[in-house]
Amino acid sequence: MRVTIHATGLGLLFLALMFLIGSSLAFAVEPDEVLDDPVLEARAREISREVRCPVCQNEPIDSSNAELARELRLVVRERLVAGDSDQQVKNYLADRYGDFVLFRPPVKATTYLLWAGPGLIFLFGGVGIFFFYRGSRRQKAPVPLSSDEQKKLNQLLTDKNSKGDSA
Amino acid sequence: MNRKVLFLLPLLVTITIFGYFFWALTSPGRDPKKLPSVLIDKPAPAFDLVELEGLNVPGFARQDLTDNGKVSVVNIFASWCIPCLAEHPYMLTLGARDDINLFAINYRDKPEDALKWLNKHGNPYHRIGRDPNSRAGIDWGVYGVPETFIVDSAGTIRYKHVGPLNTGDLENIILPIIENLQEQQ
Repeated sequence: MRVTIHATGLGLLFLALMFLIGSSLAFAVEPDEVLDDPVLEARAREISREVRCPVCQNEPIDSSNAELARELRLVVRERLVAGDSDQQVKNYLADRYGDFVLFRPPVKATTYLLWAGPGLIFLFGGVGIFFFYRGSRRQKAPVPLSSDEQKKLNQLLTDKNSKGDSA
Repeated sequence: MNRKVLFLLPLLVTITIFGYFFWALTSPGRDPKKLPSVLIDKPAPAFDLVELEGLNVPGFARQDLTDNGKVSVVNIFASWCIPCLAEHPYMLTLGARDDINLFAINYRDKPEDALKWLNKHGNPYHRIGRDPNSRAGIDWGVYGVPETFIVDSAGTIRYKHVGPLNTGDLENIILPIIENLQEQQ
């Protein structure tokens, strides 16, 4: 029984590994899209990885199998062949589909919060943790004993002393 | 008392954030799959699309948007697109009007399929341009079919509707915008 469980675990691990390897190798670029110039092709791949497919929204056009993604890959390559810079190609797409298609949108008034958000949350969290620990570590001033407590203490001390004498 | 509030704070913040996410993902008009068009209030892109042969309507080019001083409705459709069929009755209604242009871009379609589809369901469009590789569609920022644009008589894009026109969309959204633009002229 134990052996079967372990075997299943290993099998699952293996399966997960296969998926991981498979997904990193899989890409949608078809041979007929590839440019003859390896330098331009490399730039095209790099840009394609930074451009979101508007159809399957969490995939870059580089790995999306959507027809529109294929067409956008071709557009990227055509713009590069026409002599556009990487930034010009990205602008070309953003002019049509908005900054949304860029996985790294430009820093401007509408995206300040997006870019600064994680830093701000980290900062607030850090300040919160700082005050939390400073508060808990601070020594509290001892509260003086009440008269009842003082009386009890005196009682105990005298009892002990008398016992000590007798021993 | 003060400390208790402090301990509850992370929970409250989390609930607030989750509440915002829930609202943002579910409230109508905020469908995350619908991209806002960046082309609103911008001039329509340049394009010149060939006609669908066998149908007696001409092709569709940028200039047709500004030629006759009418407001244009530009519908992106394809014969393989089921929601297009669902909104087709509304296109027939729009196409019957002669105070507006109803133009179409036939998106990533085979001409014979498009022809068959239009013959079967009726052709409401005054002009149809074929866009077999979606290049004109890309210039319009189209990422699916159907999409419907409203363009004023100066060729400026004024509204974009993503997805099919549903019951009430024509009366409540499309027609008021058209009327508004017509009054402005």
